[in-house]
Amino acid sequence: MNFSLSLTPKALHIPDGFLSLPVALIFWAIAILLVGIAVRRTRGELGERQIPVMGLMAAFIFAAQMINFPVAGGTSGHLLGGALAAIVLGPWAGILVMTTVVGVQALFFQDGGLMVMGANIFNMGILTALIGYGLYRSVENQPKGLKLALAGLAAWISVIAGALSTSLQLWLSGTSSLKIVLPAMLGVHALIGLGEALITVGALAFLFQTRPDLLASQNKQHSKGWIAVGGLISLAVVFISPLASASPDGLERVATNMGFIAKGADAPYQILPDYTLPFLGETSLSTIAAGFIGLLIVGGIVVGAAKLLASPPVSEQV
Amino acid sequence: MKTISLNLYQARKSSIHSLDPRAKIIVTVLVIFSNALLPDGTWLAFGITWGVLLGVTYLAGIPFKFLFSRSLIVLPFAFAAVTTIFSTPGTPLAALTYPPVTITVPGLTRFGSIMLRSWLSVQAAILLSATTPFPDLVHALRHLKIPPILVSIISFMYRYLFVLIDEAKRLLRARASRSARLPHRKGGGNLAWNAKNSGSLVGQLFLRSLERSERIYQAMQSRGFQGNLLTLNPHLMGVADWLALMAALMVLSVIQACGRWWA
Repeated sequence: MNFSLSLTPKALHIPDGFLSLPVALIFWAIAILLVGIAVRRTRGELGERQIPVMGLMAAFIFAAQMINFPVAGGTSGHLLGGALAAIVLGPWAGILVMTTVVGVQALFFQDGGLMVMGANIFNMGILTALIGYGLYRSVENQPKGLKLALAGLAAWISVIAGALSTSLQLWLSGTSSLKIVLPAMLGVHALIGLGEALITVGALAFLFQTRPDLLASQNKQHSKGWIAVGGLISLAVVFISPLASASPDGLERVATNMGFIAKGADAPYQILPDYTLPFLGETSLSTIAAGFIGLLIVGGIVVGAAKLLASPPVSEQV
Repeated sequence: MKTISLNLYQARKSSIHSLDPRAKIIVTVLVIFSNALLPDGTWLAFGITWGVLLGVTYLAGIPFKFLFSRSLIVLPFAFAAVTTIFSTPGTPLAALTYPPVTITVPGLTRFGSIMLRSWLSVQAAILLSATTPFPDLVHALRHLKIPPILVSIISFMYRYLFVLIDEAKRLLRARASRSARLPHRKGGGNLAWNAKNSGSLVGQLFLRSLERSERIYQAMQSRGFQGNLLTLNPHLMGVADWLALMAALMVLSVIQACGRWWA
């Protein structure tokens, strides 16, 4: 088995040098704030057990990122784990665990940079936890199949959100032309996210059968705020992604007007065609509609997979 | 347990290895910071930085080949920056007919600078991991006022990382040994079946990790754990460490001056 494969940098681990100083520092500030709260909250929940439990869960995510399964064409599905961690452990513990994973990957394996670590924590730990937990909790008292479906959808959106946020950070840093990088990143991660969704649903289905008590233990917390935050971020991702992919010029103009970027650099070509529906023409309505249809298709796949996975298992002791 | 591929530490007895880990972390961060501050196209300053890094590598007795091969980890990210070659406005250097793009001089400068910054920064980070054993790095983090709880969680994660990777390998081996496949015949089920299997492995790994954490906590309690990890090592910064820190600051100031005024 080749384990070096799993340590190759995934496209969301930004290395040092790719983000400008202001962008890197802003995201460090956001990360420090939220991780600080996460440390305090998990301390309150777990007490002395916090250190071993959070440490082992971080190691678990790191090890689980090695487990893969074949998808078509020699590619394989992998886990990022942010959504799963937040669903199983709760949002603050999820943020803390993913922060530790990102930190250790950067500090000891050079997988992601040190100065840009705040951005990496935000993209892979904070966004994923907020989306994963918020969407999952919105179906708290619903049947298992729906819970699994929402968990899968949340996992898929969380990966897309990470890709969207990474692209925007690269663009605000003047490293990438939004026109090319955004559709490319979103396209690739829409696929990568499917693997994430499938493994997340599979893992949750397994836990529903073996240890439903573990999943029920998260039910004590207040959840309205989380649902609102997770839902809003997800909606923003679903709306912004297709819109920005189709007409990055608009976004660039807004940013230039607001003084985020000094140059109105314009790429004279496009790699990917616009995400639009021909019969609606090239309007923003068309791109939003295209985004929604994409979402419905993926949602359908995820619901279908969730139903398959929720069916009585072949007894198999691993 | 095969952890060689994961462990970057290169045990040597060198002046770099014996420096206080705190000083090394600070210098590494300063180098990365300095790279970020250098304007585009300041090749001389980038060159001096590289020269200094190679000098430190030599002093530490780390093979250049090791440094070089590890540093290629930043290459895949080049795709994100490559667009600047065409999208930065400026003097056109060449216009291609297919794809119809124009390569500009400022575009190339920008791309080269981003890649160099990233490549030099990752080399600094590799040097840090290669010359500092993990427990020292963790102690240094604590001395640098990173919240002790976070540091303890990090050290726990690293301690059990290899245990859980072995656990994951056992699960994968068990899956492989039960998935016999005849040549020329498609084995296994469809995508959903594969995903379900992998999901079960992840779920199983989660349960084993959680159970292990309970066991560890009980063991810690029986040994008098009171919520924080303690260390006997005082980790004091010596004269050599302060000198190294000063030297690094001076060299980086010269590099910054080069980048600003003699570019």
